[in-house]
Amino acid sequence: MAFRDDMRRTRAIVWKDLTTERRSKAGFNSVAALGITILVLFGFALGPDGAMLKAAAAGALWLAVLFAGVLAFNRSYQVELEGGALEALLLYPGARWAIFAGKLIANLIFVTAMLVIVVAVGIVLFQVRIPAQWPSLIGIMMLGVIGIVALGTFYAAMSSRSRAREVLLPLLLYPMLIPVLLASMEATKAFLIGDVMNATGAWVQMLSLFDVIFLVATFLAFEYVIEV
Amino acid sequence: MQNSAPPLSPNHALDARGVARRFGARWVLRGINLQVRAGEMVGLLGHNGCGKSTFMRIVATLLKASAGDCFVYGSNVKTEGDAVRHHVGFFSHVPGLYDDLSARENLAFAATMLGFPEADIDAALERVGLMHVTNERVRGFSAGMQRRLSLARLILQRPRLLLLDEPYNNLDVAGIALMNGFIRELNAAGGAAIVVLHDLVPARGVLDRTVIIRDGRVHTPSAGDLIHDGASPQAITAAAGAAGIS
Amino acid sequence: MSPVNTNAFDPPKAGPWVAIGWLSFAFFVFTQVFAVMTSPADAMMGHLQKMMYVHVPAAWVTFLAFGIVLVASLYFLMKEDERADLLAASAAEVGSLFCGLTLVLGMLWGRPTWNVWWSWDARLTSTLVLFLIFVGYLALRSFVEDPQRRGQWSAAVGILGAINVPIVWMSVRWWRTLHQIQSNPRGLSPEYLRGLLLNVAAFTLLCIWFIQRRYVAARYERAAEHASQAAALGGNDE
Repeated sequence: MAFRDDMRRTRAIVWKDLTTERRSKAGFNSVAALGITILVLFGFALGPDGAMLKAAAAGALWLAVLFAGVLAFNRSYQVELEGGALEALLLYPGARWAIFAGKLIANLIFVTAMLVIVVAVGIVLFQVRIPAQWPSLIGIMMLGVIGIVALGTFYAAMSSRSRAREVLLPLLLYPMLIPVLLASMEATKAFLIGDVMNATGAWVQMLSLFDVIFLVATFLAFEYVIEV
Repeated sequence: MQNSAPPLSPNHALDARGVARRFGARWVLRGINLQVRAGEMVGLLGHNGCGKSTFMRIVATLLKASAGDCFVYGSNVKTEGDAVRHHVGFFSHVPGLYDDLSARENLAFAATMLGFPEADIDAALERVGLMHVTNERVRGFSAGMQRRLSLARLILQRPRLLLLDEPYNNLDVAGIALMNGFIRELNAAGGAAIVVLHDLVPARGVLDRTVIIRDGRVHTPSAGDLIHDGASPQAITAAAGAAGIS
Repeated sequence: MSPVNTNAFDPPKAGPWVAIGWLSFAFFVFTQVFAVMTSPADAMMGHLQKMMYVHVPAAWVTFLAFGIVLVASLYFLMKEDERADLLAASAAEVGSLFCGLTLVLGMLWGRPTWNVWWSWDARLTSTLVLFLIFVGYLALRSFVEDPQRRGQWSAAVGILGAINVPIVWMSVRWWRTLHQIQSNPRGLSPEYLRGLLLNVAAFTLLCIWFIQRRYVAARYERAAEHASQAAALGGNDE
């Protein structure tokens, strides 16, 4: 029943991460505020022209989520480093993947909540009309978020414990996420400008492929990353 | 580097052979040999920076030795970490608590992670004298209260090998008595303990023997061997002084 | 009994590698001259086509080097053999070098062909992403001091990076097709192909030689650390 024990540990970590996050509201609020700020800055960069904004909305949304998300990933380990909690966490028996799964799920919930806010603000700021196939769009967004969070949670386990963590995480993470970003941006864009072609299906396939491959890879590799 | 002999016997709580560790080019441990039998309480003395804490972290599987082998109840700390973690309870310098969780929530989290029932939490909190603040967040706790809460976590766990790194820091007289009571209780149940100390006085009557780490190796000078149950504080201080501990 | 094997360093024998190095360089000079001499001017690109004999082999060698990073990193995580870590690091350094060369050559090629230094061509763009991934790998190595931690972390980053290479390539290609600008790959006629294949062989030899030199240097660095270990552990008690 080792597996069930590890699932219980995973749940405990999700609960713990979300509870500490909820109690220090400053964390979520400021990360969400940053996401909105980035959207506003994109608005200035792209100019007030409506058609231009609409065309660039998908890209701006995803970059805002990415930039703000990076802060969340480092924060998620920051909690463990204060007061040596990571040490205690590593001393508990059980599989290491349970720790990764817990942090991953907590970060998924965190980033999804942020995405909701950013998208809501983005729809207004970028004058986007909500497409009829919005349930599919939500599905695509979730696939994109899973890819970003899986790698973000994984790389933050290293960067948060190294020198120069502010630089290191984006440096490692952004190039790795280019397939996710391209796929998410293009698919989202296709929905937003109401031009869903066959290509969208291909992007969804790519997102799913990326998510599966990197979920497996990060779960397998996490033990080597967290234990030293 | 794995020219290792099998462990002495699974009855040995700790069997460390030539455990060495470097940080960069600096060798902090240069081959620690230390055997601790089940039911034995061993004190570990040494100057600041002599590698006591490093050794404890290696035994607790938090750090990998650069060389040498180390077994806890027959399990290799390097390759069978999970088995070792089932036996080991580590009381380190840092509290290892979450500031934004309450005392009870911290223990509930620990109980889940350890796989123990949450029912024992109240008893543990009661014992360390934190019943009046169970639902308060740890952020407001004094250093001493945080130490007591960490101790409550160990009480929940009841490890077979207790690793205490300067356990008396920030504890008042009652706290020290609490700690010693817990160590004796585990001892009576057949558990072993390694206690890192810079001052022997609070551990009076708890330790079976004392070893000294100097230059990254274990020294067992005769003066150290004199320290045992029932020695007076003066004798202990004198013995420690003779052994080169300030 | 000392539990520490102080003879971990068995210095690599330079013997054949000196000769291999000289032969590689000589072969490289020969293949370059041969390819340039034997290939006629291209109908569209003229003598600009000659750049292919450096650009394409450099790109091939980049993939080879990062393949070595993948295999060595996996081996390191499985066997904890620090030589594999050093090999992965050496291959990543050499690979980044050739990757940078590929990019520069691609830009030089692009300037007269498309009249811009950078064209967001699918192959060029994915090479740039690959370059960035391995810049991250090398940065990570330089930020982490503890050898064990550096080895395990960079192995994980190297493996994930290498897995991502085909996905990046695919995604950038799809992204380009969507935007409907395509460079036109044509079949190579034999008079070009021969020179190209010879140069690929020459670059492969050079790359292996570079990696080997870098690896030996890394082994010597590590050997110095081992010597300090032997000195520090000399004379165990008991």
